[in-house]
Amino acid sequence: MIAVLVIILGYMLYRGIGAINVSFFTDLPKPVGEPGGGIANAIVGSAIMLVVAILLSLPIGVLAAIYLSEFGHGWFAQTLRFLTDVLAGIPSIVVGIFAYTLIVIPMRSFSGWAGGVALAIIMLPVIIRTTEEMLRLVPQSLRDGGLAVGAPKWRVTVDIVLASSISGIATGTLLAISRALGETAPLLFTALGSSLWTTNLERPMASMPVQIYTYAISPYDEWHQKAWAAAFTLVAIIFVLNVVVRFLTRSKHG
Amino acid sequence: MDTPAEQTSAPLTILERLRPSHLGDFLFRAITLAFASLVLVLIVAMLFEMIQNSMLSFQKFGFGFITATVWDPPAREFGALPFVYGTIVTSILALILAVPISIAVAVFVTYQAPMAIRRPVISLLVELLAAIPSVAYGLWGIFVLVPFMRETVNPVLRSTLGFTPLFDGPSFGLGTLTAGVILAIMVTPIITTVSRDVLAAVPSHQRDGALALGATQWEAIRVVFTYALPGIVGAIILGLARAIGETMAVTMVIGNRPDITVSLFSPSYTMASVIANEFTEATEQIYLHALIEIGVLLFAVSFVVRAAAQLLVRYATRGRNIGREG
Repeated sequence: MIAVLVIILGYMLYRGIGAINVSFFTDLPKPVGEPGGGIANAIVGSAIMLVVAILLSLPIGVLAAIYLSEFGHGWFAQTLRFLTDVLAGIPSIVVGIFAYTLIVIPMRSFSGWAGGVALAIIMLPVIIRTTEEMLRLVPQSLRDGGLAVGAPKWRVTVDIVLASSISGIATGTLLAISRALGETAPLLFTALGSSLWTTNLERPMASMPVQIYTYAISPYDEWHQKAWAAAFTLVAIIFVLNVVVRFLTRSKHG
Repeated sequence: MDTPAEQTSAPLTILERLRPSHLGDFLFRAITLAFASLVLVLIVAMLFEMIQNSMLSFQKFGFGFITATVWDPPAREFGALPFVYGTIVTSILALILAVPISIAVAVFVTYQAPMAIRRPVISLLVELLAAIPSVAYGLWGIFVLVPFMRETVNPVLRSTLGFTPLFDGPSFGLGTLTAGVILAIMVTPIITTVSRDVLAAVPSHQRDGALALGATQWEAIRVVFTYALPGIVGAIILGLARAIGETMAVTMVIGNRPDITVSLFSPSYTMASVIANEFTEATEQIYLHALIEIGVLLFAVSFVVRAAAQLLVRYATRGRNIGREG
């Protein structure tokens, strides 16, 4: 297993290193035949759609997790937990279809919004589950203490339970981001991809994974090299996020 | 699983709840409940939207859609069987390759590995393997695995097992077998992690007892396996669920041809990969609706498979909060 990991990563670095330089991160894609060019617009596009996805999924996810952890004893909460697992298991391409029917068809255009919503749906169950687990780790005595001094339950939940698990929630969010960052399938026909600078969420938008896919299935060698370089960059970012998550969870729970 | 103690006072009437001192809590509970319910709304909306947007295809082809073998968009013939078949064959191949390795690694990690590398090193590796995006596996698949299969693995298979129709016929590198191999690499982490959790949940006296009675390591592990079987099956089914829904890597190495062939060397197609590959080309309504209907099928299949896996893993690890992917 170690061998597989080393082989895949090493090969990625070996093939991609030649294309990684400053302009790779700052330039727009160039047509085949022209030297240079980069994936700057894809990096920016990925970042914009992730921000949209976080703004949508983080508040929803945290509030939902508060319900499950603080009020969720009955059959309905149990059902919601099961449905959260179902949501996490829906193939991401199906989430893409949903975002397409929900946003692309009414707007009559592929758009960054649709991509952001698709990513939000993918992040939501991860955020709900990790946040619920973090909230449950807060000792019951802290809640009781708050209630005993006469604070209403909502104040106790917000000021004590939530406040003391902020770092855990941040960790869960990082995990969700690292999952959404590499998702390609749900972006193929929502954000579509673009070779232009796009900060307009109502227009098709480039993203790193879709750019890798486009380059990988193209017949041009120079694009293949860009695909390797972009894949290496993407995997490096995801690994850093994962290692940070591990470090944070370890220092918290010994 | 600790449940915060519920307040034991008598339930409040509506009027009491609306008193200022309780109003905050009442609203807070209502708001969080509303957001939690969004998960339910989301899933219902997803099904509703997809079914509504596949109506044309459903009305035209009915249930025959699943068993029809011809997929010919220009002729407006749409049958899903080639994709269902492709998904089943690639997933089974992936499991055949991945299950022995995953279980061996899980046993090694749980019982045999030196303590120092047991949890930190191996679980980090498995997590990193699981974190590599599908498209990166696909890229590696196109440029490394496909040529390797075409020039090394497939010729060997043909010369040794070529008498069976499975390993006969021309080999392009792109094809069912290659897709199965890449899926195997991708599902190994999840099967390994869940199996490891299941094995760790087996009470240690089961194994200790066997060892105390003079059983060898191997015999002791067989005892543990009897105990852990439902959970291991659950882990395998979770891997299956992942394989069924996997899209990008498969699309990039399977060859994308809607044929039902026995030879594992020939190109084929899966449900997920046909959606990924043809969705933006579907200019006609009926074509789009047929693709979305495949999406509905994929949703249904992965739901059933995953629910079964969850039940098994939960049964095997009763009370412990493990076995959830993610």
